[in-house]
Amino acid sequence: MRAAQPTATTRRLEAHLHRRARWRWPEIVFWVAALGAIVVLPSRAALINEILIAGLFALSLDLILGLTGIVSLGQAAFFGLGAYSAAILASKGFADPTLGLLFGAAIAAVLGLATAPLLLRGGDLTRLMVTLGVSLMLGELANRNGWLTGGADGLNFSMGKVLGLFPIGFTGQRNAALYSFAALFILFAVARRLAQSPFGLALAAIRENRLRAGALGIATSRRIVAIYTVSAAYAGAAGALLAETTQIVSLDLFDFHRSADVMLMLIIGGAGYLYGGIIGAAVFIVLRDVISAATPEYWEFWIGALLVVLVLIGRERIHDFAVRAASSLAPDAARGDAA
Amino acid sequence: MISRHLVLGAVLGPVLGAALLAAPALADDNTVTVGMILPMTGPSASTGKQERAAAELYIQRHGDTVSGKKIALVVKDDTGAADVTKRLAEELIGNDHASVLMGFGLTPLALAAAPVATEAKVPQIVTAAATAMITEKSPYIVRTSFTLPQAAAPMADWAMKNGIKKVVTIVTDYGPGVDAEKWFGDTFEKAGGTIVEKIRVPLKNPDFAPFLQRVKDDAPDAVFVFVPSGFGAIFMKEFAERGLDKSGIKLIGTGDVTDDDLLADIGDSALGAVTAHHYSAAHNSPENKAFVEAFEKANNGMRPNFMAVAAYDGMALVYQALEKTKGDASGDALLAAMKGMSWMSPRGPISIDPETREIVQNIYVRKVEKKDGALYNVEFETIPNVKDPYKAAKH
Repeated sequence: MRAAQPTATTRRLEAHLHRRARWRWPEIVFWVAALGAIVVLPSRAALINEILIAGLFALSLDLILGLTGIVSLGQAAFFGLGAYSAAILASKGFADPTLGLLFGAAIAAVLGLATAPLLLRGGDLTRLMVTLGVSLMLGELANRNGWLTGGADGLNFSMGKVLGLFPIGFTGQRNAALYSFAALFILFAVARRLAQSPFGLALAAIRENRLRAGALGIATSRRIVAIYTVSAAYAGAAGALLAETTQIVSLDLFDFHRSADVMLMLIIGGAGYLYGGIIGAAVFIVLRDVISAATPEYWEFWIGALLVVLVLIGRERIHDFAVRAASSLAPDAARGDAA
Repeated sequence: MISRHLVLGAVLGPVLGAALLAAPALADDNTVTVGMILPMTGPSASTGKQERAAAELYIQRHGDTVSGKKIALVVKDDTGAADVTKRLAEELIGNDHASVLMGFGLTPLALAAAPVATEAKVPQIVTAAATAMITEKSPYIVRTSFTLPQAAAPMADWAMKNGIKKVVTIVTDYGPGVDAEKWFGDTFEKAGGTIVEKIRVPLKNPDFAPFLQRVKDDAPDAVFVFVPSGFGAIFMKEFAERGLDKSGIKLIGTGDVTDDDLLADIGDSALGAVTAHHYSAAHNSPENKAFVEAFEKANNGMRPNFMAVAAYDGMALVYQALEKTKGDASGDALLAAMKGMSWMSPRGPISIDPETREIVQNIYVRKVEKKDGALYNVEFETIPNVKDPYKAAKH
């Protein structure tokens, strides 16, 4: 009996992990709905595109904040760097969007790898300051080197067709949204796989207790550097997508409010399960669009008030309500692994 | 966890979808929509506030019908972010069927919308951003504000004629600032003056104090200043704190630094500052008196500044173009009607150069003085019909 027990545990664990790795029906509904929105609402394609890009940006923050427990106020550094890298590449004549996307992600990953060691020491407050500092420095570098970046006037450029087939300018807004959707879906699938791999479990261990994770034999520093680099690449990819689909970059990409907004989106949607950033981005941007159409001067007040309500009292209750409503419809699915 | 959150998403999804669908009511054939994109929040919010008020005032004073068409003004906040400006431009044309785009608070914001205007063949009236090269970025851009060279070059001429020999220039480090520095400096040096030092201050978090200390140490005859709209109060405050207002160094500049919107906050330290600009709320004409009175009445006493008059003239341009085309709101017809249009603005006589689509206007040299207990830029010299020297030099 004693010899059989670990095997049973392992088997149960394996089964559990497999179950977790399966795509569930709400997830499939989610992606089909997102794709459907682009097809059904071509007139709002530009807004949906912005949501998808913000969702990818928030996903990049979820990788470090939600999965690993590393706070950052400087995701805009990678976002802006990815955008400027893609923009500069395009302005030099290499206007293929896919190439620019990979290039933006790669350059941002290099910066992530270079600055990750700064995050290994100190607590959350140190990390907030370090990440914020890096994004401020990059913003000023972009401002100073106007010969390359266009400085405070921004940089305009024209973009080629996606895969040489689909134009993504003013007449190709739906193509742009589909392009962003494809990039988001692929990168999301990779992140999802990553989160469920042993690497992802190690990250969860680091998030819960870094000291104990180290004592278990997990090389915590290397894991943190690795996920920070991946997160930087994701943020860079989001920036590159924005640059390519709007065909302009300007210094506001490095602004503090970009880092703050993306954190808000993640908090609205909930951190740690990867969908939160995308849902939060959709809620935030649609709210902003609807409220600022009604009151272009004072929308910040209303969105601020809504956020306070949503985060303080609303979200948990909305959850409970949604779960109860869903479990009365489909008891099996809603139970999930909530226990 | 995953399911629970996803169910939340599934519930929220239809709600969001409905919100997305709540698109603006479709415009009918008899409505001409003017899509105004402005920074209504963030550091340039004062621009948005002034321009929106002025555009609404124009409609209020002239009625909302021209040549049988109803004018609908749709104002959108781009928060000063270029990617948002671009999206709003696309949506205003695609969804609201806007016949004209208007506004654009900063140079990159105007440039972001330029390719959209070109592709959609919709006139883009720039009523704020003032870097000279903007109008070259799309054949559909028309400007009713001003260009920095237009104001900076006459300032240099005036300085030379009035015994100023040595000048330090201090500008904000971005497109318009560089324009102002170049056109003031080049004109001044060509006339025989000396630029002792050229100082550029970062656009973000401007702290002028250390730069002003350098100005004091250089001890020039005058300091030439350009700051973006809305930043004049900070500059003047630090100028006075450093004692420069009593040091005998004259303050000259383009009119942004003694912005009508801010003069009351700046206070007496602004007295005596000489600037060159295209608009002062104190401009002495019946058109302007009526404009200022109506503007202040409609906006709780807020004084109109040069941003307001540019938006007011932007609307005037749309109205007159529509009259000329007899209600034809197609982009090319409107654009053709706008080229060469001339009329009497609150700021004085103005016209649109048919070649460059740039505004031609009087530049006034003004001095800050107290009038009826309040500070005003009082005009004392007029340089008539100034074309943008940047484009004039090219032709």
